[in-house]
Amino acid sequence: MTRAKSGRPVDDITLDAVRGGDVSVDDIRIDPSTLEHQAEVAASHGNPQLAANFRRAAELSVLPDDLVLAIYEALRPRRSTGVQLEQIARDLEARDAPLNAALVREAAQAYLARGLLA
Amino acid sequence: MSEGDPRRPIGRFRFMDEQRVNLDGFAVEDAALGLMAFASPADPAPSLVISDGRVTEMDSRAAADFDLLDAFIAAHGLDLTVAVEAMGVPDLAFARMIVDPGVPRSEIVRLASGMTPAKLACVLTLLRPAELTLAMTKCRARRTPSNQAHVTNRSDDPLLLAADAATAAAFGFREIETTVPVLGDAPSNAIAVSIGAAVGSPGILVQCSVEEALELEMGMRGLVSYAETVSLYGTEQIFIDGDDTPWSKAFLTSAYASRGIKMRVTSGGGAEALMGSAEGCSMFYLEARCVALARAIGSQGVQNGGIDSASVAGAVPGGVRSLMAENLMVMVRNLEACTGNDALMSESDVRRTSRTHPIFIGGSDFICSGFGSIQRYDNMFGPSQWNSEDIDDFLAMQRDWGVDAGLRTAAEPHVAALRERAVAAVRDVYRILGLGDFTDAWAAQAVDAAGSKDVPDADLMTPLWASRLIRDTNITMIDVIRALDEAGYEVEAERMLQMLHARVHGDYLQTAAIFNEEMDILSLVTDPNDYSGPGTGYEPTPQRQREIDAIRQQRSVDDLRAQQQEHSSSTLRATGPAERRDDPRDVVIGVSPAAGRAIWQTLSGLTVDDALDELLAGLEEEGCVGRVVRINDTIDLGLIGLTAARLSGSGIGVGLQAKGTALIHRRDLSPLANLELYSVAPSLSRESYRQLGVNAGRHAKGATPEPERNPYSDDAIEARYHTTVVSLVAIERQWCDPTAGPEEMEVVRS
Repeated sequence: MTRAKSGRPVDDITLDAVRGGDVSVDDIRIDPSTLEHQAEVAASHGNPQLAANFRRAAELSVLPDDLVLAIYEALRPRRSTGVQLEQIARDLEARDAPLNAALVREAAQAYLARGLLA
Repeated sequence: MSEGDPRRPIGRFRFMDEQRVNLDGFAVEDAALGLMAFASPADPAPSLVISDGRVTEMDSRAAADFDLLDAFIAAHGLDLTVAVEAMGVPDLAFARMIVDPGVPRSEIVRLASGMTPAKLACVLTLLRPAELTLAMTKCRARRTPSNQAHVTNRSDDPLLLAADAATAAAFGFREIETTVPVLGDAPSNAIAVSIGAAVGSPGILVQCSVEEALELEMGMRGLVSYAETVSLYGTEQIFIDGDDTPWSKAFLTSAYASRGIKMRVTSGGGAEALMGSAEGCSMFYLEARCVALARAIGSQGVQNGGIDSASVAGAVPGGVRSLMAENLMVMVRNLEACTGNDALMSESDVRRTSRTHPIFIGGSDFICSGFGSIQRYDNMFGPSQWNSEDIDDFLAMQRDWGVDAGLRTAAEPHVAALRERAVAAVRDVYRILGLGDFTDAWAAQAVDAAGSKDVPDADLMTPLWASRLIRDTNITMIDVIRALDEAGYEVEAERMLQMLHARVHGDYLQTAAIFNEEMDILSLVTDPNDYSGPGTGYEPTPQRQREIDAIRQQRSVDDLRAQQQEHSSSTLRATGPAERRDDPRDVVIGVSPAAGRAIWQTLSGLTVDDALDELLAGLEEEGCVGRVVRINDTIDLGLIGLTAARLSGSGIGVGLQAKGTALIHRRDLSPLANLELYSVAPSLSRESYRQLGVNAGRHAKGATPEPERNPYSDDAIEARYHTTVVSLVAIERQWCDPTAGPEEMEVVRS
């Protein structure tokens, strides 16, 4: 049985629950464990890159919207210094998001090489 | 150039120059500008060097010289465990494997995952159009083909958006993409289209294409169920001009998945040339980089095949072929293919059909990445390759070829009811949520409208205010569902709730996922393409085949019989056996067996009675006496006319089939020879029959009248009438009795 990020079983998210005002945003958010499951499915269907994406997504699924939007913005060309990107990477590590931290560090390296740091 | 100018082209070329295809631009190949479909001299030779588990050279470039795309593809995009084997397969051998039904798709995607962009570009350049088509049938991810619609309008009118979204769903589209002419209207559009789609069908995926960050934000609020406008480009310069990098796009891709939202990226040949930075490379090689990158960043799918720059590719030799090869490359990389046929690539109906057709018959995850289901002028992406005026063409083409290209026919009363419900639902939801009020006149116009020009009462400020409120008061799809339910749309509320459940399950994040109407997921995982030659792969279910075949315009003999019944009259009455007369003024008009008995209306719309009136009047003008006789033993017009001539005192007869075809005959001629034939029944007028009567009278008097010319027409007369003719002939055949003699007919005027 699939559970939402809130921990609530998806079958409990009924129209009656909506009527009663008893459905929160986290009741319609995907849970990291579900994304891990989807990663396994993708890997077994010939797409390890899609699996890697779902694993990065699992880490991001517990972060607030604003933070996710802010990191995306910081990764755009010439938005951040190397130091700023390193801070984001450390912050991601602290939030148990090592895969995304690695992605940000790799970006910092590539941006340095291609002159795309702020 | 005026008449008399020696440089003025001859008439044949003046005429050709006027044709619509000559509004299209055609470019001389120019590799430096990137105006080259395949194999530019600057395209690198495929290569791959791996040392210590890292790529140190790819496509003739050393790691130290990698640009952003190379670096990301080398780090994430290649399966190094098969790369050595894959790069060692000769281009031609792999090209043949792709087409060979005996080589499973899984083996193709396994090897392709170790191939560099240049390698795969070289391989797919070898495939000819028919081979590309077969390869598509085999290599696409999902077994069941599908299609995507654009639903937009000039005024972002929420009522019209909802009505048109419901209409698109009724016609079978499984994804709907909307966008905005006014950026601030986006949330309102997303909600209106989602409600309309839910009225039309369960399980329709909805996206609102806007700037990357805003699109993600709308996804996070649950306002859309998938995203597509995540653009990739084949050169570093254009990528950066697009304000992104492979790393920011990879992050964005994960951000969508983290909220349970399906996503695919967009690329397409010609984009780099259009933006002036193709680095001298061919469109196909640059697209090969995009597709490799799409796989590398973990996108489940790609929308490509030119898209906004399709006409750039279309301008160069082999360009249209390269657009299709791009799509196939996506499939070979084991990704969902949303195969262009999106932005209009030609002013010519022939060229645009030609561009789509191989994909149409080959089948793809989404035949069009944006079939303009609305009016061209309402398409805020610009006119599509296919638009609302083409829906019936598209349905007829599906039926012609017996293929499933994702659409189905829809009856007018059904669509009318859906539009009414969609408009009422949006109106109620906006009222309950305090987003806006709509007048009755506006609502009525939106239900009836063929396009936004038919909705003059739409208020342009309404979507803007609604969108502002949605953002400021943090309205989510849960609020929309509650309002929908409160207003009594429980079915639609449930459907929209199912789409939120889908985000929690995450199954539709897998490659090429769509929902069918039973809310089953069809994807690479649940509905894998298993084509391996004739008799395998996708076949429409009998029910789906009926949807494809039973277009609303088809007619049976029974339909035609009922239609004829509406024109029935009892003007013609048999009075007894017909006899030969001696009066030299006597001219017999022989009518066919069903005339005035089961067929009353001719193909021109005139009735049989009308035609007889004019014939008789024409004969009278010439001082002759017309006599009507039904010939019962043949349906052949020549024999009808000849039989009439042999009964007639003058030796001249007129033959008239109930469908309106007529001739003048003489008793001493053979059946197939005749004096005058009026063969194009649909074009005949009262005047034609009058003239035929006059000429028959002149023949009766021994004169040689100037034959009447058959009316001329540009129209595909045979296409219009042949199915009707088949039915009319069948009815004539039923009334024909080889043992029955001719009957004298009385023309009774009421």
